[in-house]
Amino acid sequence: MSAADRELAELVELGESVVERAMAAGADVAEASVHSGSHLSVKVRMHEPELVEEAGSRALGLRVMVGKRVASTYTSDLSEAGQRLLIEDALELAKLSEADEFAGPPDPSALSKPAEWADLDTFDDAVSAIAADEALKRALDGERAAFDYDPRITNSEGASFTRARGVSALVTSGGFSGGDVGTYASVVVTPVADDEGGKKRRGYHWSASRHYAELEASQAVGEEAARRTLAQLGAKKLPTQELPVIFDKDAARSILGLLAGCILGGSIWRKSSYLVDRVGSTVASDLVTIIDDPLLVRGPGSRAFDGEGLISRRNIVVQDGKLQTYLLDTYSARKLGLQSTGSASRSPSGGISPSTSNFTLQAGTISRDDLIADTQHGLYVTGMMGFGFNAVTGDFSRGASGFLIKNGELGHPVSEVTISLNLDDLLQRIDAVADDIDHRTSIASPTFRVTSMTLAGT
Amino acid sequence: MTGRYHAPFAEQGSHEIDADIANRLLRIALEQGGDYADLFFEYSVSGSYGYDEQILKSARRAVSMGLGVRVMKGDATGYAYCEELSFDAMKRAAETAAQIAAGGKPHSPVGVSPRKLPSRYPVRVESIDVEGAAKKAILERADRAARAADPRVIRVDASLAEGVREILVANSLGHMARDRQPMMRFGVRVIAQDGNNRQSGSSGGGGRMGLEYFGDKAPEWHAEQAVKQALIMLDAREAPAGEMDVVLGPGDSGILLHEAVGHGLEADFNRKKTSNYSGRIGEEVASALCTVVDDASLPGSRGSINVDDEGLLPMRSVLIEDGVLRGYMQDRHSADYFKTNPDGHGRRESFRSHPMPRMTNTMLLAGQDDPEDIIRSVSRGVYAKKFGGGQVDISNGDFVFSLTEGYLIEDGKLTAPLKGVNLIGNGPDAMRKVQMLGHDFEVSDGIWTCGKDGQSVPVGVGCPTIKIAAMTVGGTQVGGG
Repeated sequence: MSAADRELAELVELGESVVERAMAAGADVAEASVHSGSHLSVKVRMHEPELVEEAGSRALGLRVMVGKRVASTYTSDLSEAGQRLLIEDALELAKLSEADEFAGPPDPSALSKPAEWADLDTFDDAVSAIAADEALKRALDGERAAFDYDPRITNSEGASFTRARGVSALVTSGGFSGGDVGTYASVVVTPVADDEGGKKRRGYHWSASRHYAELEASQAVGEEAARRTLAQLGAKKLPTQELPVIFDKDAARSILGLLAGCILGGSIWRKSSYLVDRVGSTVASDLVTIIDDPLLVRGPGSRAFDGEGLISRRNIVVQDGKLQTYLLDTYSARKLGLQSTGSASRSPSGGISPSTSNFTLQAGTISRDDLIADTQHGLYVTGMMGFGFNAVTGDFSRGASGFLIKNGELGHPVSEVTISLNLDDLLQRIDAVADDIDHRTSIASPTFRVTSMTLAGT
Repeated sequence: MTGRYHAPFAEQGSHEIDADIANRLLRIALEQGGDYADLFFEYSVSGSYGYDEQILKSARRAVSMGLGVRVMKGDATGYAYCEELSFDAMKRAAETAAQIAAGGKPHSPVGVSPRKLPSRYPVRVESIDVEGAAKKAILERADRAARAADPRVIRVDASLAEGVREILVANSLGHMARDRQPMMRFGVRVIAQDGNNRQSGSSGGGGRMGLEYFGDKAPEWHAEQAVKQALIMLDAREAPAGEMDVVLGPGDSGILLHEAVGHGLEADFNRKKTSNYSGRIGEEVASALCTVVDDASLPGSRGSINVDDEGLLPMRSVLIEDGVLRGYMQDRHSADYFKTNPDGHGRRESFRSHPMPRMTNTMLLAGQDDPEDIIRSVSRGVYAKKFGGGQVDISNGDFVFSLTEGYLIEDGKLTAPLKGVNLIGNGPDAMRKVQMLGHDFEVSDGIWTCGKDGQSVPVGVGCPTIKIAAMTVGGTQVGGG
């Protein structure tokens, strides 16, 4: 048995004991989630260490039902007194809340069994073994590579390296008992260059992975960060106009994240999404297929079972532009008269709601460069700012930066403009999807082009 | 002591931490040659209640407790924390943090003594100690009022979040301070539907106060505000795109100050010379009408604190005076660098995180114009009333913020409500274009949370009516509108 497995067994045991005590204290349903994590995080700046942080933490979450009344509590105090308060508070709060006829765990027969859980390879011992010296070296190498790349890199917001390890257990009175282990390592470099008019330009690049061997070399991360920083020098506004917009894969991922929030069961029954009552209808261009896949091996959002203990499954959310399903947990499925899609996520503090896992817009066939070459005049967006999205209506307007596209080539950098269009129209106006997907992030998209949006500038 | 929730490290608590224990831990933290150390004990209890579909649907409580130990050697920080208050666990955290200075000579012994603090939280009874039924009743009142206000209201969500954060800070400068920081936040959100047109509206407030807040602002008042906003938005039209005059309403618009100016004046960015305000003290960075302060002392405000998270005393800092940059917001480390007084801006999200210079209540002070005259002076522009949030890139000062309620100004009058408006600009540039300031200064009701480097802290903002010439409005309608 590995150290992580032993730790998991301990957490499961603690979870079982808390569930048992909550039931004995009067709960009709009790669900405990126990988490234990540790991390090392280092930051360097101007070739010197700036921060070395190392710590471990544990936490316990409890969700109870008395009849159909729900309450949840959380503590980082795992002492006997802490556990007692956790259980007492949960039962007291359950007396205050009111009966919710839709609340309740999934049917026990639907719970997944250990034999069904896929091995998603999310844990790597090599990550937990990284010591502070090695972490500092990786960060220093990244920052040095950015400085060495070009003398116009004159300053730095630093480079950081983080490794993290987490073990979590879920135990429910319905009979589920299981756990999850995972590791993560990442490196980020953020160089700064001086621009005209006293402005500075900051760019960044990063690499992250669950397995240490898959992490990009610091040198490559630092050089790419430098390229991104320098590319912004001399950025200017553009005149207000309508024009085609290409979102690079980082910006595209951010658009996809807005859509993700609008297909979760909770926003549907709350009528807080512009996609209420839209299953079966066209919500994007026919080039768009979006899949939520919790079973991706080594994926950042992978999980073998969901936050209620149901088996994870791959859900096709949008196929050829048509909305196929919402992502649902047991509660939102009951509210909508549907079945759970195995998408429940349980927050440390005990709330359950549907969430995406690895949510991906499927790659197209054209290369990113050909897509740019195919655009006579347009905006290539690499970064967005602000919170200008209204999920109820789909209205979208955010600050954007990137490059002007002129005669099929990237021209001068652009900043301080906004781009606007209702998300419903934006997704339906996608007329090209590139082939450059990667799975660094749990929400991932290739570069895509929108035929026309409003740019506000001068 | 009354009430159910008290820090174990408090005086007479089950794990009382006194000056002796603090001195011993600080000595261990500095044994490897660190030149500064602090201990941050935190016990935080939070609760939340969600009223939805006419029932109290969710009730939650969370307890979080631990000690963070920080050791500094030059610009380098060692940080570690533990969640148990056994001496062994605390000692291990101190030893881990001490490693940053490995190889140096032990620091001379530290002797901390308690600091006397001001009292800026006028709370009669902490919300967390009030029986749940009283909070349920407040949420019910909001729900009932919103539903009664208009038949087009199809959904109402009301929520109340409360918390108490008890801290004990001890540092190697010799300060030791205990503070108990209460917080309460109330909000109501509605959705109104007319045919296929659905819009949301919201209203909320709170601060470092108890349920007496509702004596001034009843839950019904917030419910009516939220409904009014949703109904107005049902009639909203597409916003214009391009440069035009913008008038920012009083109170909430302070979020513009926070983004456009505040972050760039946090001293860490200026110490590192990564802010576009670096090296510009004494220069004119805003219109001469503008005086901007950050003031932790407003009684009951969400951003107010008696002591910062380094054990230092926050005061009112003048950042910009009559358009001229006067100073940055400092924590202990940056104040050392700038050879100035630390002004108590060292804040952190929790014992799991190290402090940084942060804002408290950031405000643009009143001018002399009549707010009506300000609107009358605009022939075509946008009036911004309520905001969803904003963001800034401190390296170049570009900021963006989005409106949840805004209006078209035509010939000096507010005409149509607008949907989906975003304002984008550049901090120093926008501040230079401030042409008029109202005499109607307001502090925004307490809802704002500021994020920096992954750490969230509660803040306050405030301002009068402001006219800014030629800002970029990010709507969808090119030309006409």
